[in-house]
Amino acid sequence: MAQEYKLILKHADEAGYTPDIECYLRHGGYDTLKKAFAFQTKTLAEGKTQTPQEQLRQEVMTSGLRGRGGAGFSCGLKWSFVDRKSGKPIYLICNADESEPGTFKDRQIIHKDPHQLIEGMIISCFANDVKLAYIYIRGEMPEGAKILNAALKEARAKGFLGKNILGSGFDCEIHVHRGAGAYICGEETGLIESLEGKRPYPRIKPPYFPAVLGLWMCPTIVNNVETLCNVKHIVAMGGAEFAKLGTPNNTGTRIVSLSGHVKKPGYYEIEVGKATLRELIEDSKFGGGLRDGRKLKAIIPGGSSSKVLKAGEKFKLKKKDAEGKDILVETDMLDLPYDFDSLAQAGTMSGSSAIIVMDDSVDIVGALANLSEFYAHESCGQCTPCREGSLWMNKTLHRLTHGEGRAQDADYLVKIADNIPGGRTICAFGEACSWPVQSFLAKFKDDFVAKGKADEERRAKETSEPKKLEVAHH
Amino acid sequence: MSFQATPELEAEVNELISHYPVKRAASLMVLHAIQEKFGWISSDAVQWTAKKLELQPINVFEILTFYPMLRQEPQGKYAIKVCRTLSCALGGAYELHHHFCEKLGLDAHKHGPQTTKDGKFTVEFVECLASCGTAPVMMVGEKFYEGVSHKKADEIVAGCK
Ligand SMILES: Cc1cc2nc3c(=O)[nH]c(=O)nc-3n(C[C@H](O)[C@H](O)[C@H](O)COP(=O)(O)O)c2cc1C
Ligand code: SF4
Ligand code: FES
Repeated sequence: MAQEYKLILKHADEAGYTPDIECYLRHGGYDTLKKAFAFQTKTLAEGKTQTPQEQLRQEVMTSGLRGRGGAGFSCGLKWSFVDRKSGKPIYLICNADESEPGTFKDRQIIHKDPHQLIEGMIISCFANDVKLAYIYIRGEMPEGAKILNAALKEARAKGFLGKNILGSGFDCEIHVHRGAGAYICGEETGLIESLEGKRPYPRIKPPYFPAVLGLWMCPTIVNNVETLCNVKHIVAMGGAEFAKLGTPNNTGTRIVSLSGHVKKPGYYEIEVGKATLRELIEDSKFGGGLRDGRKLKAIIPGGSSSKVLKAGEKFKLKKKDAEGKDILVETDMLDLPYDFDSLAQAGTMSGSSAIIVMDDSVDIVGALANLSEFYAHESCGQCTPCREGSLWMNKTLHRLTHGEGRAQDADYLVKIADNIPGGRTICAFGEACSWPVQSFLAKFKDDFVAKGKADEERRAKETSEPKKLEVAHH
Repeated sequence: MSFQATPELEAEVNELISHYPVKRAASLMVLHAIQEKFGWISSDAVQWTAKKLELQPINVFEILTFYPMLRQEPQGKYAIKVCRTLSCALGGAYELHHHFCEKLGLDAHKHGPQTTKDGKFTVEFVECLASCGTAPVMMVGEKFYEGVSHKKADEIVAGCK
């Protein structure tokens, strides 16, 4: 039976747990930072030495931690790409933009346990020789920004930030930087431009990989809030121990944001892959099932950009049989383990670990129209396929939901969506805005065609039987 | 109307600038600080910011025109932001927005922020506010409200003096 497993949110919702530093210290706060500072240079077999920083980075690599922001990229690998020979300063940015629709997990950490994030950041800074870091928090979280600023002030006062932290000789400072309502600031290179005080136009890769040419053209690490919190736990328990949590290649825990048509929407921390979508939606420990009398229609499993899953869909999932041979097992969409790899095998992704549940009361055309409006509003406008495509898709879906649809709109939408991704755009927003359209149309095409047809028939009737002119009688 | 920076704002801005090795990086935070004090950002405020950060006014203007939260004209005393994205829409966000507009005499179908004639309220649809589990959600100024029923909406409006 699937259980919640609280690592990051261990204390956040405990009665009497407050976001101030005294409370954090009572719960062993900043002990892990002290542990990190206590690492000694190690002599390896061939006479080589390994610095404390290298050991810490090795722990993160060993832990198998994958980024919690959306792409699920190995954190250890990301850190290994950092250009440490350039002579330029290295920066770290915590991505607290949390703007992928459906996602509300970083908010919990920031509001309830800000020092956990700060400790994770200081350790990450120490491990990567970073002396200046920023927390980029979305503009619509003014309270979160205040909480973080207060926490940073407390940490400075206690000597966890500033010069020569705890006598380690290590200097580090962290500042809060607020966004102002643009989703594209969550994309790491858009975020960097925004932090530099410009429009958040994403940069093209290559050459602008943040690990080499990031903030002010210096090597930069961008990690999600939850990822950086995990670093603290990896150092506390050791990378190998952390890797025992979750499932192979999908280690640790994830905070799942569950919203839409379930009885108990909310955030639930689980070991990665140790609960299925069915358990997350139906189990009384999690979503508690659909509303009474309702049937499942669809699930968006990893934030609004992830491809939709249709109720009843089946997938061939790679598993090992008793002899350890790879076999394919037919799996219902609800029985997909909630992890990075299973959802990828089902052609979608766990993305920002945000599940949006839709029951049979939902008008699927309307749901896609809602998302398309989001993407049309949020495209930064640099790339023609994304700027025009997101607007055309939105316009088409708008007419389909306002009585002006056409039967061929379904095909038209697919044609537009297919022409956005595939290296035609600067950033992954291009993919992100076409995936919902592609997947909704692939799985629910009939709904879209029917809507367009009905509109056409209604309009044809209206033109053949012209409306009687209303004559006002006085 | 010329923009007059108070000594307080001046001090706050100097502190913000000290957070970055490059002055320009402070611009978004400086505009936030100005908007917090004045409610919006006038072209004089843009000039002042540019001078303070050793930039051309266009450098400041281009971010003012990009970010949805930054205002180029005064808004109502109470800025109501209703989330309209999918999870909230499934939870009744459109009905909630309609309710506010109807109650305050605004057009629910019009795009963009709308301000009541008396300048008291600005109502606006915004995208996902990262609290989708308690839909529908909204903000009034910096205050956050979750699971907003129409009754709760009425109470919120009544509480805006
Ligand atoms: C359009 C777009 C929006 C994104 N929004 C966010 C976001 O709100 N928060 C976040 O942590 N990552 C977001 N990302 C992912 C970041 O670009 C980046 O991969 C992430 O912050 C890296 O952190 P991680 O490796 O710890 O996951 C977004 C990516 C794209 C393409
Ligand atoms: S893909 Fe879209 S969001 Fe990304 S840079 Fe191009 S226009 Fe901007
Ligand atoms: S959809 Fe409204 S808060 Fe996320």
